[in-house]
Amino acid sequence: MAKRIEILGLFDQGKTAAASAREILESELGTVVAYSPVPDHALDQALHVTVSPVRLFVLIGGLVGCITGFAFPIYTVLDWPMITGGKPLISIPPFVVIAFELTILFGAIGGMLSFLVLSGLPRLIGKRAPDPRLTNDLTGISVTCKQDHVLEVRRCLEHHGACEIRG
Amino acid sequence: MSFAKINDDILRTLHPPGFVYYVAVLLALSALSLGIWAFLHQAQTGLGVAGYEHPILWGVYITDFVFWVGIAHSGTLISAVLFLFRAKWRTAVARASEAMTVFAVATAGLFPIIHIGRPWFFYWLIPYPNTRDLWVNFRSPLIWDVFAISTYLTVSAMFLYLGLMPDIAAARDSVKDWRRPIYRVLSLGWLGTSRQWRHYTALYGFFAALATPLVISVHSVVSWDFAMSILPGWHSTIFAPYFVAGAIFSGLAMVITLLVPMRRIFKLESYITVHHFENLAKLMLTTSLIVGYAYLTEFFIAWYSGSSFERGTFFDRMFGQYWAYSWTMFSCNVILPLILFWKTVRTNLKALFIISLFVNVGMWLERYVIIVTSLSHDFDPANWAQVYQPTWVEGAITLGSFGLFFTLFLLFVKNFPAVSITEMKETMDRSAEADPASAWPKPV
Repeated sequence: MAKRIEILGLFDQGKTAAASAREILESELGTVVAYSPVPDHALDQALHVTVSPVRLFVLIGGLVGCITGFAFPIYTVLDWPMITGGKPLISIPPFVVIAFELTILFGAIGGMLSFLVLSGLPRLIGKRAPDPRLTNDLTGISVTCKQDHVLEVRRCLEHHGACEIRG
Repeated sequence: MSFAKINDDILRTLHPPGFVYYVAVLLALSALSLGIWAFLHQAQTGLGVAGYEHPILWGVYITDFVFWVGIAHSGTLISAVLFLFRAKWRTAVARASEAMTVFAVATAGLFPIIHIGRPWFFYWLIPYPNTRDLWVNFRSPLIWDVFAISTYLTVSAMFLYLGLMPDIAAARDSVKDWRRPIYRVLSLGWLGTSRQWRHYTALYGFFAALATPLVISVHSVVSWDFAMSILPGWHSTIFAPYFVAGAIFSGLAMVITLLVPMRRIFKLESYITVHHFENLAKLMLTTSLIVGYAYLTEFFIAWYSGSSFERGTFFDRMFGQYWAYSWTMFSCNVILPLILFWKTVRTNLKALFIISLFVNVGMWLERYVIIVTSLSHDFDPANWAQVYQPTWVEGAITLGSFGLFFTLFLLFVKNFPAVSITEMKETMDRSAEADPASAWPKPV
């Protein structure tokens, strides 16, 4: 198997970084990972980023919370039947409050957990950001390519105005 | 104006603080210590050291609870509701407001525990399988409170942390001192890849969408602690919207109280501009008008109901033994904010700061008046002569709660970016010239 090389191009504009990423992907020179200090729609388009599945987990969390919010109070009043205030044991209106709160809580927790898993976080050991300026003011295009494509990749990054190229 | 300048300017707030900051922390810690000491005294001696006397068995502690929950609300309004409305001016003030929300809810959550006779059994409020085979009463508004407040605290803390994550990563990559390893752990290894940003932006939007109905539900639930009873002055359907509007009103006042000195101490004038304060003042004026309308509606309902007890309670509220509290409340919350109709006042930070202090006082008194006057003027005329006098213990614990809130806030703004670096960069027009203020979208 041919050795794969990682090349990092640093750009001071997201737009030019996106253009270089698009060209590298279209020319099938290698795989691209983009780093940026802010969300960048131009980069998303260049990398064909799809809609995040986080929404699905928020929905699942919310539904589980809603069901729990009704099922748990109903279980407890049946487990120890005690009438208070002359109201029916299974009083739906007050349980709506519990169900509503748990819908929000579980939806948020589901979203947070899915975000962490899908984003590969926490990542306390192992790979670190290739350059500290990527959380500051630079956009990075990291290309993993075959040895044969190194020159072409470097030329492409340079052509699109990379202020620094490493690797 | 560049991304690097925003980074440097905002991360500069993490540099070693000056004399004023230490004095502020010392004052806050002193107040907190006094509060802890008073609480320990109460726990040792019994709840009798508070001014409770039949029939007034809710007092300053529940006032504090409602006050602090209310303070939390504007943070969510600014961070979530204005985010959904795409009001870009919120960017500069959102982080401080979100932090304020979390600390205010955490402070509020202590008061039901302080208020109960045996605070060490507070966990009985939580439904868990136990040897007594008992469950909590889910039909009680107090249990709704447990769920609402704990959900609010959890969701707002996650919301704050999510927004902080890329900023902590920026601090990790810039700060050189002992805090660097801490930032490394707290950033969870954030890299800022497109994949991470994709999930981040999606979740941020969902958090905003979830927090918006949550914030309305939380203060509605708090208001139902009162409205679900049959006490004159409490048993009213207007309570939920009235409390939500009041909460946002008081929270906005607290945001202004915190931001005016913070902006000056950390030299953030280029980022938190007079336009931002003017917008906050407009929101405060709007909510003040809603609160004023709610006050008048309460009186109208009392008169229109034909109930002599309801009428008696409201007459007593304005002209009885607590008249001074009520009129001060009305002046601070309804009359004084009317001067915000003038642009010169809205754009004068000193005036805004002073008004915000009065509104804080007025909104604390509002809760006090609602709680104490209704309890002291119930259905039994024999109780009406009773006057509730808060004791020094209640005063010290209230002061301690301010100490706790300010300690947490001061530690936060010195150790974490007090303005969102990411959102500032996102909303910045990169072509703007050297004047940073011109780089932000003009407030509408």
